Amino acid sequence: MTGGEEEPGAAPPVLTFEDVGLSFAGVTAIDGVSFEVAPAELFAVIGPNGAGKTSVFNVLSGVYRPQRGRVTFLGEDILGLPPHRIAEMGLARTFQNVELFHNLTVLDNLMLGRHHHFGYGPLSALLWLGRARRQELAARARVEDIIDFLDLAAWRRHPVRLLPYGVQKRVELGRALAMEPRLLLLDEPVAGMNLEETEDMARFVLDARDELGVPIVLVDHDMGLVMDLADRVLVLDFGRPVALGTPAEVQSDPEVIEAYLGGAP
Amino acid sequence: MTRMTGRTGDLEAVAEPPRADPAAPRARRPRGRPLLYTSYSQDMALLDTRAKKVWLALLLGVAILSSGLPDDLLILLAGGYVAAIGAIGLNIVTGYAGQVSLGHAFFVAVGAYAAAALSGDPEGRVIGFGITNMIVWLPAAGLVAALAGVLVAPLAARLRGLYLAVVTLGLVFLGEHVFKEWDDLTGGPGVGRPAAVPELFGFRFDVDSALGTRAQSLYMLMLVLLVVFAVAARNLARSRIGRAFSAIRDRDIAAEVIGVPLTRYKTLAFAISSFYAGCAGALMYTITGFFDPGSFNLLMSVQFIAMILIGGVATVSGAVAGALFITLLPRLTQELPALLPFVSGDTTQTPNVFQIQVALYGLLIVLFLVFEPRGLFGLWVRVRAYWKSWPFSY
Ligand SMILES: Nc1ncnc2c1ncn2[C@@H]1O[C@H](COP(=O)(O)OP(=O)(O)O)[C@@H](O)[C@H]1O
Ligand SMILES: [Mg+2]
Repeated sequence: MTGGEEEPGAAPPVLTFEDVGLSFAGVTAIDGVSFEVAPAELFAVIGPNGAGKTSVFNVLSGVYRPQRGRVTFLGEDILGLPPHRIAEMGLARTFQNVELFHNLTVLDNLMLGRHHHFGYGPLSALLWLGRARRQELAARARVEDIIDFLDLAAWRRHPVRLLPYGVQKRVELGRALAMEPRLLLLDEPVAGMNLEETEDMARFVLDARDELGVPIVLVDHDMGLVMDLADRVLVLDFGRPVALGTPAEVQSDPEVIEAYLGGAP
Repeated sequence: MTRMTGRTGDLEAVAEPPRADPAAPRARRPRGRPLLYTSYSQDMALLDTRAKKVWLALLLGVAILSSGLPDDLLILLAGGYVAAIGAIGLNIVTGYAGQVSLGHAFFVAVGAYAAAALSGDPEGRVIGFGITNMIVWLPAAGLVAALAGVLVAPLAARLRGLYLAVVTLGLVFLGEHVFKEWDDLTGGPGVGRPAAVPELFGFRFDVDSALGTRAQSLYMLMLVLLVVFAVAARNLARSRIGRAFSAIRDRDIAAEVIGVPLTRYKTLAFAISSFYAGCAGALMYTITGFFDPGSFNLLMSVQFIAMILIGGVATVSGAVAGALFITLLPRLTQELPALLPFVSGDTTQTPNVFQIQVALYGLLIVLFLVFEPRGLFGLWVRVRAYWKSWPFSY
């Protein structure tokens, strides 16, 4: 692997991914990938389709269990933890193919992001006791901030299945932000978007990082957006790391130009 | 989270709750703007528009005035209200949480026997503990059924969709067998046992009293209980728990990845649903006073499914409407022999009213699924949209 492993500053990494290997009945999805994500870093993973990017996210969020390697989040080993535990620790993600709760409104989807921040149980819920009501109101105020931030007010009460694709992608980002994440994973957040939507999304991602200080891992299959936004980039191909470094370093890496860009400028 | 910069561009004024302090006192809403909320608590209220309040008040008024109806109709309606409690319960696990259960009749049976055993005569032919106050046996019946639901829930954690439906169906057959064999509790098939005694601190609802006839007392009791159970279900639906149920129904993997523990919430859905079923079972036979272990069969489960499918999945009002519809349907088909001479009232003849009833359930389910998947509730939404400006300005 090439260059740029250590971040400036002594702060411990938010995430470490060490020599992870994952395969499905003969198909190798991840093959010896390692990286670290520093606090407030915008880290990108790129590679052609099937390179293993989504698999990396599925390992991180506890959906897949790798056969080898070590993964720590905020200093804790998270391999083997169920997805909801990892979410409670503060790992939020969006999905490559939008995975919203499609019969629920934008508001309810975002409120669901706050699920584990509530501290009331079934009895308070059935009786709508003071505790339940107070917490719901407080959560609602937080969610409204996100609705403003992502410019979703016009859609607030619409079931998400009725919304345009680009808006759904934004709702999914909103749901992840509502979790108040300590690390945000975005899987191809601009896939299928037009230029304007792409620029909006890029703005939201940068704002989220700058205003909330949340570190982000961004996956994309094409270089354009990533090279503008990312602090560092990991390039994958066939599950293997090809290069790791700043966008400039990666772009001038002969192996990347050879294998991934196929000689294009 | 730090406060984020708000963008206030193209907001729809009507749908925009202004930034309000959540603790702010309820503000009055300008007339003619029912969707303009001035505080979040107003926006999150159960009856969030004036029209809803007026309609509910009207419905309740009609329901209360209906206590003047003839006794046989009151008994029928009281049964419908109890069925509605059961249907609301099934809607929690199947409509909201998306776990198709054909085992509802089993949980109804568990509640019915728990209540009957608790309030039964200790000296009697069948098991009885003599605790007739319903403030004891009603919650107890619900809790015993909920416990049964918790025991069954691990199946739901493993199985999905049709597999779960088939396995919960097995529960009904298992229950039927156990209840038929367990004579000491159930009295055995064809004999049965006395139902729970509807008594509250000395007042008997199942006998004529100074306050009204037996039918009137039972009617009012069931109406009040239905309102309580319905309001609780609405509260649940708008809480973090109801949202988590819907999330599991719509996308279970995503639900888990955003922090909803699947197994725990499926278990909770079965527990609460079965609690409702158990209470419905406990109440159901206080009206007839007697029940037979053969009652808790597949047909009963199918009827509950029909109630929520016809009434509207994942709405409380739909479950109530569906339950009343299904309860009143036999009454309507009874009139058929008078209208259509070839239909017989005798079960040994074909076609008879009972066959027509079963066929009608099936037909109605198919028709609603094809033409109005939201059920009666969906029809109501359409009618409401049609009469949008009448009689209350929207
Ligand atoms: N659940 C799975 N079962 C079998 N193979 C899988 C599964 N998930 C991913 N793979 C395989 O792993 C490889 C990497 O896939 P993925 O992580 O989705 O790539 P990317 O997101 O980079 O397009 C592909 O060959 C894919 O077919
Ligand atoms: Mg992918």
